Amino acid sequence: MKTFVLVVNRLAWFVPTLLGLLAIVFFISHVIPADPAAFVAGENATPETVAAIRARLGLDQPLYVQFWRYILSILDGDMGRSIYTGRPVVEDLLSRLPATLELTLVTVLVSIAVGVPLGVVAALRRNSWLDHGLRVVTIAGLAIASFWFAILLQLLFSMRLGWTPLGGRVEGWGPEQITGFYLIDALILQDHEILLDALQHMILPVVTLAVPATATIVRFTRAGMLNALQSNYVLYETAMGYPRRLVIWKYVLRNALIGTVTQIGLIFGILLAGAVVVEAVFDWPGLGTFAVNSILSSDYNAVMGFTVIVGTMFIVVNLVVDILHGMIDPREVR
Amino acid sequence: MTSDLITVRGLKVSFASDAGIARVLDGVDLTIRRGEIMGLVGESGCGKTTLARAILGILPANAARIEAGQIRFEEHDILDLDEASLATQLRGRQIAYIPQDPFTAFNPVFTIGTQIDDLMRFKSPLLREGRLSARERRRADRLRVLEMLRLVQLPDPEGVLRKYPHEVSGGQRQRLMIAMALLPQPKLVIADEPTTALDVTVQAQILTVLKRLARDRGVAVLFTTHDLGTAYEICDRITVMYAGQEVEEAPVADFFARPSHPYTRKLLDSLPSSENGIRGITGEIPRLVDPPPGCRFHPRCERATEECRTTRPPTHAVAVAHDVRCHHPLQDSA
Repeated sequence: MKTFVLVVNRLAWFVPTLLGLLAIVFFISHVIPADPAAFVAGENATPETVAAIRARLGLDQPLYVQFWRYILSILDGDMGRSIYTGRPVVEDLLSRLPATLELTLVTVLVSIAVGVPLGVVAALRRNSWLDHGLRVVTIAGLAIASFWFAILLQLLFSMRLGWTPLGGRVEGWGPEQITGFYLIDALILQDHEILLDALQHMILPVVTLAVPATATIVRFTRAGMLNALQSNYVLYETAMGYPRRLVIWKYVLRNALIGTVTQIGLIFGILLAGAVVVEAVFDWPGLGTFAVNSILSSDYNAVMGFTVIVGTMFIVVNLVVDILHGMIDPREVR
Repeated sequence: MTSDLITVRGLKVSFASDAGIARVLDGVDLTIRRGEIMGLVGESGCGKTTLARAILGILPANAARIEAGQIRFEEHDILDLDEASLATQLRGRQIAYIPQDPFTAFNPVFTIGTQIDDLMRFKSPLLREGRLSARERRRADRLRVLEMLRLVQLPDPEGVLRKYPHEVSGGQRQRLMIAMALLPQPKLVIADEPTTALDVTVQAQILTVLKRLARDRGVAVLFTTHDLGTAYEICDRITVMYAGQEVEEAPVADFFARPSHPYTRKLLDSLPSSENGIRGITGEIPRLVDPPPGCRFHPRCERATEECRTTRPPTHAVAVAHDVRCHHPLQDSA
């Protein structure tokens, strides 16, 4: 019941949040001194041609009119055509979304699987060499520039050692499209060759993205554990002889993860939007690459579409985080 | 089988603090007999809680050091036992614990039922018999839990088990703590100021429940409090602690009729009454980093002589089962 109220509440906020987001991005992208009409018309176009194209695209109208039209068309499920590819933006986005989602999800899962246990161990062995070592590694992991780290990985593992492919999602064609997630599609089709190949292509981009994400999770889990370990309930549970393992991995961890879950939500959002650089380095055909190209060619519709998609996902992830929160921490009442 | 359940002899515990080494317990002697309720009375910082935790073996390992002494519980030497056997054999089974603050002693993110189930899973007295299958035992334990919750006078025992700790009142939580302490059928319950955090009206009810159940089951209780009125209500014998030492020990009637230590006398005088109003004790609790030489109470004692300033008073009997640590104990009750 509480969860239901929460979901309804969040959905009610969804529309105004998205409208605000759209307005901001719309006006920012339109005050940038760039002329998409000129870009479409090409270098040798006459001023008349450019003006005609501008009128056709609706770019000669006042900004608020353009914005209003845009909102109306989005309600129809139409985000306009990409000026650059000439295809409907919705199609472009949907074809690229699974690639980014797959990369992001795998990264988050890997980061949790590695980060949470490391954070717990660091807290249990506070101030041991292991804790100090992890601190150095995590700070380095947070500070490292991902494009540099990505190139370094490519140089070592792809160029020097030849263990992993340089980029892309698979060698040649992907599996037959069912969900667009190659790993899942390959599993459904029982195609182990493609599955293995897709996994190999994933290693380096996932590692690049997972390093800072894992570092964040380690640090928050450690802090949460230390906080919870000093609480009165741990003293009580110890005094009553609850087994240490039960106290740590059940009673303390659940409390410690409250903060970590919030961070995982943020990480997810950051990964979705911020995979841009990593996707570019690894030639990953996802939203990031698409966004870069769109921005470089002043492709308003595409940039806006990208924003809507990422904004929506961010809101959805936040909703999921809130629901998880409510499940982990029953005191959460809104 | 002697009548002594637990004997503490010459226990010295020190804490590392910023100001230096604090001798929080400085040679404490204490004996609790089977089935008796022993009140441990003293001001904040006198070492009550440290003594209680030393018996449970849950002093903070990094800050506290046990310098000397012995804690004998039946055939066990608690200070010689390793953590694992303490946790599995003594804590929660033979020695149970009722914490000071029922608000924070429950784990906030698990239902009360889960926390009690886990306790019974490891501390149920039926485990010792070992005749029942796991399933039979769980069912039997369930009934015992509900029965116990009725005995501590919780309304709606089944409902309480499904609730989270923050959903029940402080008084109910402390009733639950009493129930959890008694469920494993321990021989000793350590109740560390169990009513301090509660409303005065609730305090009396909780004390009545604790006293009746402990009596019925022949469970010994170490009851720490700074409130002599509370101690009078519930205890068979009272030990007064001052600055890390026990200074007087007597059966409750004798204690209130013939207080022999000047400090005890002042404690009794400080109880608010219609004739005297509220009277405090002049002077301050000594710093435990460098305590006064000789008798630790001498700076606040108008009976103090040169002997008190230089020589530590020995413990000696002033009546049957009535011991005092003072050079010049008060002789009469006037």
